[in-house]
Order: sequence, then structure tokens, then C-alpha cells
Amino acid sequence: MKTETLQRVLADREAKRQFALVTHLETGGQSILYLDGADEGEIEVDTGLRQAVENAIRDDKSGTVPGTDGDMFVEVFNPPLRLLIVGAVHIAQPLARMASVAGYDVTVIDPRGSFATDDRFPGVTLVNEWPDEAMPPLDPDRRTAVVTLTHDPKIDDPALAAVLRSDAFYIGALGSRKTHAARVERLTESGFTADEIGRIHGPVGLSLGAVSPAEIAVSILAQVTQALHDKERVAA
Amino acid sequence: MAADAGVTAISKDDDVLNEARAWREGGRDVAIATVIRTWGSSPRPVGSHLAIDSGQNFVGSVSGGCIEGAVIHEAQEVIETGKPKVLEYGVTNELAWEVGLACGGQVHVYVEKLD
Repeated sequence: MKTETLQRVLADREAKRQFALVTHLETGGQSILYLDGADEGEIEVDTGLRQAVENAIRDDKSGTVPGTDGDMFVEVFNPPLRLLIVGAVHIAQPLARMASVAGYDVTVIDPRGSFATDDRFPGVTLVNEWPDEAMPPLDPDRRTAVVTLTHDPKIDDPALAAVLRSDAFYIGALGSRKTHAARVERLTESGFTADEIGRIHGPVGLSLGAVSPAEIAVSILAQVTQALHDKERVAA
Repeated sequence: MAADAGVTAISKDDDVLNEARAWREGGRDVAIATVIRTWGSSPRPVGSHLAIDSGQNFVGSVSGGCIEGAVIHEAQEVIETGKPKVLEYGVTNELAWEVGLACGGQVHVYVEKLD
């Protein structure tokens, strides 16, 4: 690998671009292919290779693909997965830290300024806005998980309404079965379909018997992890 | 608490490629090993990196520790010749007796010099 290529890979990753480093496994030749269509490097990129690379980037899956004159290794570089936490509550503190360790870019949304403070969430992106305003610009995509933790309908409901029709790979909402049943009723009245509402994991988290905020954070992060890998497990 | 950003870096594998660049810019000869294929159970996923210098210093991993020694050894040749190679480890490989994977999986590792 040329040092310039590595520098470019690191700079593009820092800039959170979606791209792949393609390596010809026999010659060692390399190119960088961007999801937005550009490519740069020594490998001649035909339509077949570009298609395979774009699929790999979308599936977030590095791997080897056959090229016209030998195997190519496609190493995918995508921005970190995102976790959007609604509610800067106690559980959000360990969850933000654990998710960060697991590689997520964490954003905490809470309109209540005294909750979402840098002291309580060091190093975490904080948004002091109502979720219906905060969510659209964050544009939850298929590499985003959303968890609501306030169990205050005034804050959680608009957040859920903003993400139920998004591509987010995980949507979870804290609250007991009773709380969740009431939430389902409200969302149904607001015009969401059973399928859309059925995307919500509620009560949130895997059933671990978790009690403390940190334990509940473990159960939530475990369920997010499970949702992330579900597609692959079914395929395997 | 404030160390969160650093912890994240490790899980993202950032440190390996950054370290490789830092070593190279510091004038050291460096090879990068990358997991390119796995079969069965293998501890590190495709895309995992191990950076090695000519003094056999290394950072990162391509397995649970079972084949790193062999990869570091092979990397010395790659650093000398500048020619990349694909290393194959697993139960069907003759090297299995020397540096087999305890998990019974197979792994292919691409090793290249950082020019």
C-alpha cells in the first residue's frame, strides 16, 4: 500500500465518507471507490466491480469479490453506527458510555437543559431540542438505532413519530408493558399502522432481569446488537 | 470518564491504521496484514488489521492470538521484498500443525508493505 493511499483512507474516514479500499490480491494494486461515484487509483473499475463494491458498502460488509483478472479484496469504510438516545436520564449515562465503547457515535436529545449537560455526558453530542425538531436533521438511516428513555409521552411520542417511518435498524422505548400498551394506543390514534408501531421494542432491552441503570443499559445495547446482526444470522 | 473517545478508537480499529501511518512517517519499515476471508468460527472479522514493523513490533490483531506470531514472521519477508502475499491458515492447511487455529476456523490474511 502506498503511504498516500493510507493517508487518503484515514482522511476520508475522518470526514465520514462512505467508500471502499479495493485491493487486487495478486498485483497489490489499489483503488479507492466512493459510494457517490468517484474512484481513484490503479485498478480499472468496470461496471461489475463498481456494482459489487457499492453493494458491499451498502451492506457494510467487507469481503473478496472476483474481478476480471483476479480476486479483489473490498474493505468497506463506513461512518460509525449511530445511537440516538432520547432522554438525558440516568440510564442514558451508562448507555452512552457503553455504546461509545461498542463503536457507536452517540447523540443524546433532551429539551430539558438541566438533564442534557456536558457534566453528565462528557464527550457526547447533546441536542437541547424537542425530538420532533431534533430528529429530522439527524435523518435516522439504516445504520442508526433510536432509543427513547424518558417515558414521558410529551418527549418520547414525538420522537417515535419522527422515526417510525425512517430506516433506523432499531427503535426501542423504555416503559412497562402497561406504559407501552398506552403508547401503542396513542400512536395508533395518530395514524401509525400496526406494522410501523410493531417496530418498537417495548419494553426495551433483552430480558435479563436488569435492575440498575447500568444493567438496563447492557440489556438495551444487547438488543441493539442483536437487531444489528439479525439479518446476517437469518441468512447464515 | 473523559477517556471515552480513546476507548471508541480501539473498537473502531482506528489505532492500527493510524499507528501504521505514524510508524511509516517516523521512518520505520511497515507491513499491514488484513483479514480478507474467514470460514467457520474465527475470532476476528474480515477487515481486521495487524500492523508490523521490521523490528517485529506490532499493533492490532488478525486472530485471537494464535497466528499473529506466524504473520509477524511472514511480514518480515514482505517488508524486504515489497511483494504482497496471501497467507492461509486453518485446519486444511499444512501449517495447521504449526500455527493452527484452536477454534477450528480458517482465515486468509493479506500482507502488504506500506511504501
